[in-house]
Amino acid sequence: MFSILRAIWTVFLHLFRRKVTVLYPEEKPRIPPRWRGRIILSRDPDGGERCVACYLCAVACPVGCIALQAAEDEYGRRYPEFFRINFSRCIFCGFCEEACPTCAIQLTTDFEMSEYYRHNLVYEKEDLLISGPGKHPGYNFYKVAGLAIKGKDKGENENESPPVDVKGLLP
Amino acid sequence: MSETARYLLIVFGVLAVMMSIAAGLIWVERRLLGFWQDRYGPNRVGPFGILQPLADMIKVLTKEDWVPPFADRPVFILAPAIIVITVLLAFAVVPFAPGISVADLNVGLLYFLALSSLGVYSVALGGWASDNKYALIGALRASAQMISYEVFMGLSLMGVAMLAGSFNLREIVEAQRRLWFVAPQFLGFVVFFIAGVAETHRLPFDLPEAESELVAGFHSEYSGMKFGLFFVGEYLGITLISALIATLFFGGWLGPLLPPVVWFFIKTFFFIGLFILLRATLPRPRYDQLIRFGWKVMLPLALLNLLVTGGIILAAG
Amino acid sequence: MEDKKLITVYIEDKPYRVKPERSMLDACLTLGFDLPYFCWHPAMHSVGACRQCAVKQFRDENDKKGMLVMACMTPAAEGVRISIKDPEAVEFRSKVIEWLMLNHPHDCPVCDEGGECHLQDMTVMTGHVYRRTRFKKRTHRNQYLGPFVNHEMNRCIQCYRCVRFYNDYAGGRDFGVFAAHDNVYFGRQEDGVLQSEFSGNLVEVCPTGVFTDRTLKAHYTRKWDLQTAPSICVHCGLGCNVIPGERYGTLRRIRNRYNGQVNGYFICDRGRYGYGFVNSERRIRHPYYVTCGASGEKEENKLDEGKALPHAKSLLQGAKGTIIGIGSPRASLEANYLLKRLSGPENFYAGFSGRDFNLVRRIISILTGGPIRTPTLKEVAEADAVFVLGEDVPGAAPMLGLALRQAVRQKPVEAAKKSGIPVWNDYAVRMAVQNDKGPLFIAASAATRIDPLAEGVFHGAPEDIARLGFAVAAAIRPDAPAPQGALPEAAARLVPLIAARLKTASRPVIISGTGAGSMAVIGAAANIAKSLLESGKGPGLCFVVPECNSIGLGLLGGKNLKEAVAAARQKRADTVIVLENDLFDRLSAPEAEALLAARQVIAIDHLPNHTVSMAHMVLPAAAFAEGTGTLVSNEGRAQRFYKVYVPGGQIEESWRWLAQLLAATGGAEFFTLDDVDRALAEEMPVFGGVPAAAPPADFRMSGLEIKIPRQPHRFSGRTAIHADVDVHEPKPPVDPDSPLSFSMEGFDGRPPSALISRFWAPGWNSVQAVNKFQSEVGGQLHGGDPGKRLIEPASKGPSLSYFTGIPPAFKRAWDKSLFLIVPLYHVFGSDRLSALSPPVAELVPSPYLALNPEDARDFTAREGAEIRLLIEGVSFRLPVRFDASIARGVAGFPFGLPGLHGVELPAWGRIEVKMSGWAEKSAGREWGEGEAGDV
Repeated sequence: MFSILRAIWTVFLHLFRRKVTVLYPEEKPRIPPRWRGRIILSRDPDGGERCVACYLCAVACPVGCIALQAAEDEYGRRYPEFFRINFSRCIFCGFCEEACPTCAIQLTTDFEMSEYYRHNLVYEKEDLLISGPGKHPGYNFYKVAGLAIKGKDKGENENESPPVDVKGLLP
Repeated sequence: MSETARYLLIVFGVLAVMMSIAAGLIWVERRLLGFWQDRYGPNRVGPFGILQPLADMIKVLTKEDWVPPFADRPVFILAPAIIVITVLLAFAVVPFAPGISVADLNVGLLYFLALSSLGVYSVALGGWASDNKYALIGALRASAQMISYEVFMGLSLMGVAMLAGSFNLREIVEAQRRLWFVAPQFLGFVVFFIAGVAETHRLPFDLPEAESELVAGFHSEYSGMKFGLFFVGEYLGITLISALIATLFFGGWLGPLLPPVVWFFIKTFFFIGLFILLRATLPRPRYDQLIRFGWKVMLPLALLNLLVTGGIILAAG
Repeated sequence: MEDKKLITVYIEDKPYRVKPERSMLDACLTLGFDLPYFCWHPAMHSVGACRQCAVKQFRDENDKKGMLVMACMTPAAEGVRISIKDPEAVEFRSKVIEWLMLNHPHDCPVCDEGGECHLQDMTVMTGHVYRRTRFKKRTHRNQYLGPFVNHEMNRCIQCYRCVRFYNDYAGGRDFGVFAAHDNVYFGRQEDGVLQSEFSGNLVEVCPTGVFTDRTLKAHYTRKWDLQTAPSICVHCGLGCNVIPGERYGTLRRIRNRYNGQVNGYFICDRGRYGYGFVNSERRIRHPYYVTCGASGEKEENKLDEGKALPHAKSLLQGAKGTIIGIGSPRASLEANYLLKRLSGPENFYAGFSGRDFNLVRRIISILTGGPIRTPTLKEVAEADAVFVLGEDVPGAAPMLGLALRQAVRQKPVEAAKKSGIPVWNDYAVRMAVQNDKGPLFIAASAATRIDPLAEGVFHGAPEDIARLGFAVAAAIRPDAPAPQGALPEAAARLVPLIAARLKTASRPVIISGTGAGSMAVIGAAANIAKSLLESGKGPGLCFVVPECNSIGLGLLGGKNLKEAVAAARQKRADTVIVLENDLFDRLSAPEAEALLAARQVIAIDHLPNHTVSMAHMVLPAAAFAEGTGTLVSNEGRAQRFYKVYVPGGQIEESWRWLAQLLAATGGAEFFTLDDVDRALAEEMPVFGGVPAAAPPADFRMSGLEIKIPRQPHRFSGRTAIHADVDVHEPKPPVDPDSPLSFSMEGFDGRPPSALISRFWAPGWNSVQAVNKFQSEVGGQLHGGDPGKRLIEPASKGPSLSYFTGIPPAFKRAWDKSLFLIVPLYHVFGSDRLSALSPPVAELVPSPYLALNPEDARDFTAREGAEIRLLIEGVSFRLPVRFDASIARGVAGFPFGLPGLHGVELPAWGRIEVKMSGWAEKSAGREWGEGEAGDV
């Protein structure tokens, strides 16, 4: 009985407490760097597209809002022919970033992306691709993956020995 | 000014004031809840967010007015109107100040009790006509709850009536010139207040619309302005109960310096604030707890209050 | 009731009953245990090379120590006691995979195998997660292996499955393993196109991404994103089961669909890579009608949604005479049946060429009229003596060739079994067998790719092949009619040998077909089968037919196309409806033109061709992956193929167009495929089994109301695929014809065998998951293999009598420029549809005329020199190719190559050497333009 009255009094006293609300947009909140906001596609340190169109982000996406098509350049480097994220469906869970083996897809601190029309929230590759490496400045997938591309032949990776001479007789 | 014109002025004045209070409460409640939860509440529409009710009204009026195909259409449409009508009719007997009341009935108190009982039809019919299991459960809960709490609501007021010797609300106020009835009838006040909360099914006694179990209870299927009517009805109910508490236990318009109407509204708004504070504080009891509390605690208390009051009056007699 | 032959083995101390004569790995997988493996393959058995299936074996229940053994090399014998979960075995397996992964490149994201990789699955299964070695990875250079298979040698884990399949199982000779120790290299001696017609199976056999589908690479999609449905290959008459996969509205790839009785674990490259025509830019996607423009040129007027049917209806109702329907052996049974209903049986013409019509009718009369059984492909592979009569098996029906490659091993393997070597012990069996081969005899017009396997080969004209057959039948049973006169010496030598081998075999199989174009050859094959039957054997008689529904159309009946031409010439045909058929392939150009000169011609087809270009109205038909229907394979097996995806435009299944036309013109109403099949089964008893070929559309898994999804449960991009067009997701299409849905939601367990859209099981993402769908490893699928055989041997009733129409021996014409032109078959090219796929088109040979060098010398001394060939008034300019296997006086004409059509073979043709007057024109390659000639 008394506890109920005391609770009522305690709640009443909150009238005079400092408010925790941040009055956005007049006052900008501090966004931590690992914030899961607008998704981008990054480039590797050499300026090449990092995305290799492996479809892992698409399959990890719980709402299925990523669609892409793989293509290959004449030297065998994979890239997405198109890459579409339907942000009107995206729940910003960050699974795509976790699934990405090449650090290409990254969630950024930008969350101010409201639109009046849903179709404006459909982002294509040219809307997603940025010019830098984003959160992972040094990483270059093709430096560790054993696939020959333009400017990197077989055996030229970190941790690779030159190609075997199949017709050699040495042990 | 002719008698008729004065009369009409009072009627429409009361109607307008009550409606705007009910609408304003939408903003007041959210703002206060915000403060008590260390937030700001609605503060964007107009200065301090005061135009929030207007925005809400525009929204609720322009929403799709949807009647589910499986609902009992006439009853479904009628139900929300009933609650607003009954509560507004009950305001007829409330004396806002000397000479400012719609009807000066000598059975004012009984009239209020009668109309507040009618309000349950709105909920019961709305829930039934929705043809939805949650709505029906909500309606059943509301009926049981209203029947239980109305019993001692009436009984708790009998002490006041005995002390004042009248059912006329104006006379009850006049009878408190010396001492507000809250002092001799403290138990009656507590019982009436709790019964009033239950009668308007406000938190913590909002089991008919317990959203954690019943979606939205009896008004699950309602949308647009029909839902808005239930909403307005609820705020009118709060205002009515608060006005009656002020009238019956806190001397109505009586008070020094300030004009009587101002005193009346100060007292009323205090209790409205208390209603909201209760909502901000108390969790909802279980349904069996609610009913048991009514029959096993409140009813004996109200009877005890009646007995003791009657005894003292007889003894003082 | 328990099978007495079962034995008890103990796994984790629990007894299990399993079949004997198999390895413990086989037994474990059959029982549903997950045990990793690499080198073992259900079709190629155990070699014990990869050490991945290690388990602990115990002597008896008191043995607590046990020893590590390889499950694949441990016989399942009575009382064998093993543990899969034993900690030492578990650790051993994870160590093995760590070694295998030492040099594996870090490239799963760009590897086409990713997501359906056996190596990924096994790595996860064994629990190896972290690469500890600090040393450098060895690398390899890749090879160009042709348009079908991509090579990425870095990924190799040296399981040797590829060479074991390519060389040992499929008989390839241009692939091998090079170098030594950890440098071993799997590839060709030099870059070049893989020669085997089964090279595509390397993609499925390789447990990792060394060999991947090169055609898929061009429009790469992961397995989890492919919308798939069970389907049937349409590129020959065998009816192999396949799984086409679609994404973004185009067909992406074909995978094998296991069917224990038909194709087993493999399909040929024609079936796997011949799908490209479905995605063709030239596809007819909208109905149109043709009007003549002001200046006389034709104008195509596109018909909008809903306008096609009224237009077609007005054409049919405006018919001033007979409406005739021309069916097609490449259209579904339902489409042909409805066309027959629409035109009436008296005006329905089977869409075969005149000769094929008679050949197929004879084949059907032999199969339905007598007690001789036609074997399934699996039964052919298990035959212990085979006689191929007049058929180029690898060219016309490649998978039958693969079955024959297995059949020749039957007898030697049985001998190895007798000396105590279990069949599953592959290496030991091969050592015991060495180069022994079982009896296989081939009589064909020219050399075929399986000739090296044969004990005896005869090459000659169809007449001589038939005579050889008749002689063999007479040698088996003297009451069979024997040919008059002498056989060619080469054939005469073979007769007693073939007769003896067939007589001593327990499961002899005779293979013939329409390939030689000769009624006598088919009759001879039937005589041999009958003579064997009368000597108490149960011979199989297998006929190769040219197209996917030849038998179905043959069973449906209809008249000869030549009669349609006659009707058209007598102006008895007012309106002609041509169903998925190019009449210029079936008839000579004047005949086809006469037929298409009818007042109104309606063509239903999926690609433009000569017939379509002459039609007055064209309706767009669904290709095999875009529609649902039934095909009847060469063994009479009715098999359902399902719509994999809904094509764009107004494409509909042919049978649906015809059903709508039938209803619009006041005929019976058919709404779903089941309606059509039910009516068909009621009308013609021979098709009584068609509705049972697959579950009906209202079939649901017991107790559930949900359909079986076409999309895997991991299908991605559902809310983004169409977002560029409309941000609101479209409603998934409804399929009234099957219990399959165009969705990722629905029943996710193991469906009935005819409805398996993909092989997947938890932990088994690769095609190896097929183990989980079989009632025993390598056996039938759960619930029986899909398809329903319509033709079973008649046990009672009149027995087939011997055929007597024995032709006289082939004699060269006195005119040395006259040759008997016989068709030669090519895996790539002889089938018109698959040759439209760009990767297959790369391998289609350029046209030629094959001549015996002795004969050719009369014209030219140089191979490649151009000659002119005149057959029945059609002239071709072709380079000469020398082929010593062709008999004198016979010339080989590649069947079906672009431009080489309009003649019925075999036929007499005149070869002319270069003359003045046409040499100048011969620049360029305008092969086969029709010209009036005089022969």
